[in-house]
Amino acid sequence: MSMSKIKLTIGVTGLNNTDNPGPGVPVIRGIRESDFFECRIIGLAYENMEPGIYMPDLVDKTYQIPYPSSGSDALLERILEINEIEHLDLIIPNFDAELQTFMMSEKHLNQAGIKLFLPTTEQFEERHKMVLDQYGKKYGVLVPKSMSLTTLNDVAGIRDEFEYPVLVKGKYYDAYVAYNSEQVISHYNRISAKWGLPVIIQEFIRGTEVNVIALGDGHGNTMAAVPMRKQFITDKGKAWSGITIADEKMLEITRSLIKQTKWRGGMELEMIKTTAGKYYLIEINPRIPAWVYLAVGAGQNIPEALIKLALGLEIKPLETYKVGTMFIRYSYDIIGDISQFEKLSIYGEL
Amino acid sequence: MKLKSNIAISDNGFLFNPETGDSYTVNPVARDIIRLMQNNMTFDEIKMIIMGKYEVSDLVLDRDYHDLIRMLEIFNLTVEPHEHE
Repeated sequence: MSMSKIKLTIGVTGLNNTDNPGPGVPVIRGIRESDFFECRIIGLAYENMEPGIYMPDLVDKTYQIPYPSSGSDALLERILEINEIEHLDLIIPNFDAELQTFMMSEKHLNQAGIKLFLPTTEQFEERHKMVLDQYGKKYGVLVPKSMSLTTLNDVAGIRDEFEYPVLVKGKYYDAYVAYNSEQVISHYNRISAKWGLPVIIQEFIRGTEVNVIALGDGHGNTMAAVPMRKQFITDKGKAWSGITIADEKMLEITRSLIKQTKWRGGMELEMIKTTAGKYYLIEINPRIPAWVYLAVGAGQNIPEALIKLALGLEIKPLETYKVGTMFIRYSYDIIGDISQFEKLSIYGEL
Repeated sequence: MKLKSNIAISDNGFLFNPETGDSYTVNPVARDIIRLMQNNMTFDEIKMIIMGKYEVSDLVLDRDYHDLIRMLEIFNLTVEPHEHE
């Protein structure tokens, strides 16, 4: 029996695919494998060299868009301009730094016929690294002790509150281990120059790094969830390979958080499992993570489910997945031509 | 002492813990012992079968068996019989 697929045009960002890859490419692969949707994929790229632009059969068309740092208005204006040509049904933003702009522009984009499926501002704000302490208390989940540094004078106080080593983290990104105050100072300078203040000091929890990818429907229901253990980690701390695991406790924590927060959209929970079997939540990423294709491979097409939720279609929660499914990343050289680069540089589209 | 019920072991002696994603390789004798443990056999029953199949002294088998058990415990692959998984 063949069912005709629903045709959609979807804008996707995060087409970078370096050793710190964006989720755009795997999100698109998930969409391409959908039995339900047939999509025209519009790549939205910040940089001319994002590999997803050039990968064969991935995007149907790419447009350059301005960085959110050049102002929400500029980004929004460009999106609406692209929409005039492409008539986007949906945008799936995949960058932390752009989420706020999209969240704030949701109404505006909806009026232009573009749907989004993102967390609310409150959900987005309360899971920030700086306030993870309160988050842990509010929702009954273990989190590492942390403190914010706003000046180098605060460094001396670390000794009273923490045992070395500690983690030194940027507001949005970057994390380094420091074994003494000199190392904290050096990381502080590096991180604050790049990401601004505060710099966050976090208790170093020893254990295994485990992650969950999940999708909340915005009403407290977990529509998909797959736990994974990183098997190989790059020097940037990114998973280069991973495996799905049967960890009921992680799923329980995930369902409980989504139920309490009524999380809307994709998310990643990063946890440390200690040898004593305790789970510490170390970070919540408010979007689909770059390893989403593992979930697709294990039987949960999260990008497809997210599209259904965004369109308001009825869906049943995805509750099973194949344990022992692995992913291994690789790098691959695509041959391009300078004319492609030229076209993108001059016209802002390819 | 029992092996956790969700532990899988293949004919090649590849052991997989689905809870943690950890995997191990064991030699054919250990594979046989683990399989017999999965069938809820006692040490004495396992000993009889292994001694029938392999040329091994009582003493050596005793030592190697307990070595293996200790190893399985260290890697968190076992539960106490009364323990709830």
